[in-house]
Amino acid sequence: MKMTKTLLATTALTLAGGAVAAQEMADSMTLVSWGGAYQNSQQQAYVVPYLEMNPDVSVTWDESSNEAVAQLRAMNEAGNITWDLVDVVASDAIRLCDEGLAMEVDHDEILAPGETESGEEVDPTDDFGDLIVSDCYIPQIVYSTTFGYRTDMVPDGAEPPNDICDVWDLETYPGQRALERRPINNMEWALLCDGVAKDEVYDVLATEEGQDQALAKLDEIKDEVIWWSAGADTPQLLADGEVFMGSTYNGRLYSVIEEQDQPVGMMWDAQVFDLDGWIIPEGLPEDRLNRVLDFVRFATDTQRLADQANYISYGPARDTSAPLVPEEMKQHMPTDPANSENTFLYNYEFWADYRDDIDAKFQSWLAQ
Amino acid sequence: MSDATADPGKIEGPTPDDPLAQAKALDNVDAQGRMLAADGTPLKKSLARSLRIQKLRALMLIAPLLLFVLLTFVAPIADMLFRSVENQIVSDTLPRTVEALQDWDYESGEAPDEPVFDALYDDLFLAAERREHTRLGSRLNYETTGISSLFRQTGRSVEDLGDAYLDQFEELNEAWEEEVVWAELMGSDQWLEEQRAWDEESGDPLPEFQLREGVATLLPETTRSFLNFVEFIRTEDQESPLDEEPWSRVYTGLYTDLMNEDVANYSGPHAELLQEADAAVADFETQTTKEFFLSVDEDWGDPRIWGTLEAFSPNYTSGYFLNAVDMQLTPEGAGLRDEDERIYGLLFKRTMFMSLVITFSCILLGYPIAYLLANLPMRSANLLMILVLLPFWTSLLVRTSAWKVMLQQQGVINDVLVWLGLVGDANRLVMINNQFGTIVAMTHILLPFMILPMYSVMSTIPPSYVRAAKSLGATNVTAFRRVYFPQSVPGIGAGSILVFILAIGYYITPEIVGGTTGTFISNRIAYHISSSLNWGLAAALGTILLAVVLILYWAYDRIVGIDNVKLGG
Repeated sequence: MKMTKTLLATTALTLAGGAVAAQEMADSMTLVSWGGAYQNSQQQAYVVPYLEMNPDVSVTWDESSNEAVAQLRAMNEAGNITWDLVDVVASDAIRLCDEGLAMEVDHDEILAPGETESGEEVDPTDDFGDLIVSDCYIPQIVYSTTFGYRTDMVPDGAEPPNDICDVWDLETYPGQRALERRPINNMEWALLCDGVAKDEVYDVLATEEGQDQALAKLDEIKDEVIWWSAGADTPQLLADGEVFMGSTYNGRLYSVIEEQDQPVGMMWDAQVFDLDGWIIPEGLPEDRLNRVLDFVRFATDTQRLADQANYISYGPARDTSAPLVPEEMKQHMPTDPANSENTFLYNYEFWADYRDDIDAKFQSWLAQ
Repeated sequence: MSDATADPGKIEGPTPDDPLAQAKALDNVDAQGRMLAADGTPLKKSLARSLRIQKLRALMLIAPLLLFVLLTFVAPIADMLFRSVENQIVSDTLPRTVEALQDWDYESGEAPDEPVFDALYDDLFLAAERREHTRLGSRLNYETTGISSLFRQTGRSVEDLGDAYLDQFEELNEAWEEEVVWAELMGSDQWLEEQRAWDEESGDPLPEFQLREGVATLLPETTRSFLNFVEFIRTEDQESPLDEEPWSRVYTGLYTDLMNEDVANYSGPHAELLQEADAAVADFETQTTKEFFLSVDEDWGDPRIWGTLEAFSPNYTSGYFLNAVDMQLTPEGAGLRDEDERIYGLLFKRTMFMSLVITFSCILLGYPIAYLLANLPMRSANLLMILVLLPFWTSLLVRTSAWKVMLQQQGVINDVLVWLGLVGDANRLVMINNQFGTIVAMTHILLPFMILPMYSVMSTIPPSYVRAAKSLGATNVTAFRRVYFPQSVPGIGAGSILVFILAIGYYITPEIVGGTTGTFISNRIAYHISSSLNWGLAAALGTILLAVVLILYWAYDRIVGIDNVKLGG
């Protein structure tokens, strides 16, 4: 009897607690993203349906993801967090988590279980798998950094470039290249084309000689490289015919090719996968946190992640979302089997350690 | 004073003392000969008071502005500059380790001994609970590559050492799992009573923890870690120690105590349990802290890691400033960086050089325009003025991007040159993403800041002077050189200071059109603020830049004279 009473009381308390939690949700949210087509895909796939279910909620976008790390630290020091949910790349998420600026989350608890085509439920940690690279990180999409080239500038008689080392082949493919003005990706590609085996790249790069080797390889094309810093640079340089080939995010190339009809082709060889996802800032008041958790649960479920692929050519981070991606979009996905014959996995832990060191070397090499 | 008045014969004619003497005659002087105001107070005093009131009133009038400037300008800058030396994070996060490390000598070439590792275990365990260890890891990773992942990984496994003891204690007797047993062992009866009465729903603060008498001497290590534990769950989690199993660190402490102390005479609560454990610990499987840390990551045996910790343990460090001048603070002391890592010296020099080039090209281009503006009839001058100001009304980004369109290899200028046949199609000029591009774009953007002060000075130069010079036989050149130009120099001075100081801190334009050879020091500062999060280094670079500008300003004042600078007539 006593047991039943206790149970009843607990149930009542839990129910009451649930009801209280439901009431204590803020009615506005500030989401932070990258702007442009990517943010639009999030708006269409996540926010619009969420607002249909919750008409009282208002959502504000802030296009500050590229400076999110610095801004969040400043907000944290000022003790005034104005953002509710922030879209960042994986390496930034790791740094934010390390600095205690992002909230650690229990993925199985806060995310919706994945749903396979046969209707089975999958634990979120299994569904996202290795893509959960940090305890603070809720991945959304997989994108890749890869090369685009001008189809009309391929010399007569030459095959279009289909090997990462074609970037170094100035004889067959004359013309300028566009590379990002930072060591990440460039150093790996250089080593790959200097004969280093794929699974040894980071071991080699960890040594001083390996770093010099990579820079020496980059030296071969240094005079022909335009170094970009914004994602929009390479598409622009390609469209203007300034460069023959250049690295950028695959979604940017997709819009140059499909939407702007430029004579540009994709070279998927040795594309480097990276992630984009949400972090929740540390220190949100309870009502705002409840609202964010409610939104994240909805916006990262199997269907919503698959929906996003309708608007942009980035692969959903959940395994269970992959079959739901529309057929005509699949061929543009970095994860499509035809495109991912030779991919390169970006080592976050390595770069978290070596970033400062190698960057100093790289910048000093650039400035010479 | 009376002496002076007593002997007036020495000075002929009126003296400053005369009015005093006259006033004395008027009875407005007190016994010491001081002049009095109308109300009887000494005149000097009353004058000083009225002056003070006036000053105070003036201060009150400017107070809002002063406060505003202090709060929004001086304070943030001072705070930012302070970050360039501030380094409390190491001693805050690892206080005991820093202390224990004082006995260790880097020159020995070996990792420190057991006591330092014990201290590290203690500090790191607490830091990992507070999730502060990764932050320290990224701070120290700026100095020695690899510390970031070392701390992250160790923070993840630091529980394991205690867990081994925890399991063995619990295997011995399941009572060690009970939160209440621990609370009764460590807490005083009075606290236990208060804690039991505490109701979570009431929202009352948790009662202050009180140690059981004698337990601190009986089990010193256990006590210390248990106090850390209680303090942490009380303040961070608002949890009662009656509901929480102690951290694994507490079990390690208990093991150490039982090995070192004698508990046979103890008769408090759970005495039997304690004595049973005391008998058993000798057979426990053990691992020293040092062995444990080395098994987590063998880098803990590397003296360089410890040397870095030691070198950066003081609360204030010169490390950031050394980094900013291409040096580094290593365990061996300050030294130059490897040649292939030096960049800031080059960037500072380049920033100076290019800012000077930009300033001079602004003078060259701006002077004739300002001259025209000042000498044309009103109507045409106004039109010209609008053209000068037009760029101000366009976004900086648009103007910079427009230069890209103009200067790139497939751009307007190259296309025209190729069309005219001046350059071959294969040899198009490289005019952007290098120094040339930065200089052109920045000269264009900063030109109005040169023209406006020049114009306002030139428009006050009376044309009659030049006419007079000519009527006295000077040629056009001489009249300009000897009469007009000297009068326009203050305008050049003002414009140069404006343009140079703006140029030296410029960031957006070099970022977009600078490529690799046209970037400034401010681009690196921006990188450290927003990407690498190394704010200390960014602050040090900023401080040096500020100092350089102030020194240049001082030198300018000595050479040209700041009085010769005019922003207007």
